[in-house]
Amino acid sequence: MRTLRLAGIGVTLAVLVVFPLVVTDALYAEFGVLTLLFVTWAVAWNLFSGYSGYISLGHAVFFGTGAYAVGLLTEHLHLTGGQIFWLLPLGGLAGAAVAVPFGLIALRVRRHTFVVITIAVFFIFQLMAYNFSFTGGNSGLSTPAFFWSPATYNNPFYYAALILVVGTVTLSWLVRGSRFGLQLLAIRDDEDRARGLGVRAMRVKLSAFVISAAITGIVGALWWFLIGQALPNTVFNPAFDLSIALMAFLGGFGTLAGPILGGLILEPLQQWVTITFTNGYLGEILLGALFLLVILFLPRGIIPTVRERLTAWSAWRERRGPQAEPAGVAGADRGAAAGPVVTGPETGTRSTPSAGSPR
Amino acid sequence: MGRQLSEAIVDGILAGGVYALMAVGLTLIFGVLDIINIAQGVLVVLAAYLSYVLSVHLHIDLFLGLFITVPAMFVIGVAIHWAFIRPLRGRERTSMSLLASYAVALIIEGVLYTIFGSNYTSLHASYVTGAVKVFGFYLSYIYILGFALAVLLVLALYYTLYRTQFGRSIRATMQDRTAARLIGIDVNRVAGLTFGIGVAVTAAGGMVFGATGGGFNPNTGYDLISRLLAIIILGGLGSIAGALVAAVFMITLEGVVDVLWSPSWSVVVFYGALVLMLVVRPQGLFGRRAARAQ
Repeated sequence: MRTLRLAGIGVTLAVLVVFPLVVTDALYAEFGVLTLLFVTWAVAWNLFSGYSGYISLGHAVFFGTGAYAVGLLTEHLHLTGGQIFWLLPLGGLAGAAVAVPFGLIALRVRRHTFVVITIAVFFIFQLMAYNFSFTGGNSGLSTPAFFWSPATYNNPFYYAALILVVGTVTLSWLVRGSRFGLQLLAIRDDEDRARGLGVRAMRVKLSAFVISAAITGIVGALWWFLIGQALPNTVFNPAFDLSIALMAFLGGFGTLAGPILGGLILEPLQQWVTITFTNGYLGEILLGALFLLVILFLPRGIIPTVRERLTAWSAWRERRGPQAEPAGVAGADRGAAAGPVVTGPETGTRSTPSAGSPR
Repeated sequence: MGRQLSEAIVDGILAGGVYALMAVGLTLIFGVLDIINIAQGVLVVLAAYLSYVLSVHLHIDLFLGLFITVPAMFVIGVAIHWAFIRPLRGRERTSMSLLASYAVALIIEGVLYTIFGSNYTSLHASYVTGAVKVFGFYLSYIYILGFALAVLLVLALYYTLYRTQFGRSIRATMQDRTAARLIGIDVNRVAGLTFGIGVAVTAAGGMVFGATGGGFNPNTGYDLISRLLAIIILGGLGSIAGALVAAVFMITLEGVVDVLWSPSWSVVVFYGALVLMLVVRPQGLFGRRAARAQ
């Protein structure tokens, strides 16, 4: 199981590194970049929402803030060429700076109310982008091309995005195994109990929120370099919020690999739908239908479901007799025990409201 | 300025009644099922399009058309609940249902775009353009009729909830699902019917909205749902009185900011009020503490 996982990581990385060398068609290369960007975003979203259970449908706020912050800088400083990549951390900084007050307000409430607040804040930001004069209003920001030579056009983007993906996944993996990550999972399972056990819930939630926002800001900044245009409704895009959530849910909400898998499946699919069907709304219908199918038939996502099947299969082999090779069984057991999913017992739909924290 | 202001306040109260009608459906669904129906906004738009089709192609009066659209929306609501909400189980049920209704909204929006395109439409009738002079300014008949309709339907809802056996089982389910089941209430049936009723009121809301607003297209649903969510959160999730007060307050506030400051910022003030409110009182105006518990 362990070697299988390592092999999987190795093969995926190798394919991702080789991809731009094999696929030279500009359109598909751009798909590759976009896919990596959205995978990064989904992993970052999952780092907060998946681990803490607070579903944010306002992450496009950080994406847009990152895009606009870096966009305004390049516009006013007349920057072009490779040097712009040094601005990427500023996009992250802008996202984080927005996330602190946003989180301090929104994280005071839970569940539905939290979701709705994130939606409300999202709309406030979109409207601000429309209304302020320095953001360019309706016409947004657009840049004269950054003068890339066509042959290498996608290379800086692709490898920048790849570095970002690897970094984000590593961070997500480190968080998952750390004390901080366990505190987040405890909050997801039962926040009041976690607080009772001494978890400083607000601090933990806010840290995860800000980390997630910073990465999303960087993604937004990189997206701006790639597309070269930022309109209020394309960077503060409500459809982004939903597709990110769908990626995480499709792969496995709250698992490490889930959002990666979901992003790798969904983003190319969306791109394919966009170029295949001239009726743009059909893509929307398909996205919605796919979402419903996932929720109804695969509610826990691909990774947890498959892992469950594998465990059941190895248990079945174990029961069949001792002649089945013991190494495989032990390995599977270890894999199941060390697996990143902490699936609590299927408890009732809600705990007693009397446990509400007096605050 | 003073006259504009008083006009904005009266308009706000009248339009607030219509928003209240849509918001009551949403908060009722939340109270009973513990889910937020993101599709409510686009269902309002769907209802407006239904009224549009009936009035333009079949020449049925907007208000008479309600006798067709209300049952139609009720059936749609029951069907959505049966197909997509009822099967959800387990720990992530609430977040799943949120996403499921979002997906339903996307599908309906896509279908509406395919059929009607993205041009703005609005509903027309003699009483939409006609106006009556009250206290020195003109009020369109549709605002008055719409407000009256909203008041009537909200009263009917109140009557159903507080004076009938079915209403009692709805309220019991709102209070405690498990206990309600124990005393013999068919909770699933109550949930389905409540979802249907919550969606059915959008038929009336959508018709008046389509006739009073500045026109609608399939995308208007997002704008509507975010307002409605702000309203029911401000009023306190699951509280019908809260939804009424918050709807009138928010829409009036928006109208006043329109006049005093600028139309492009009034929506920001709208959401800003929500955020401020939650800093001070996280459970909303009339909300119970339980709305915050995990």
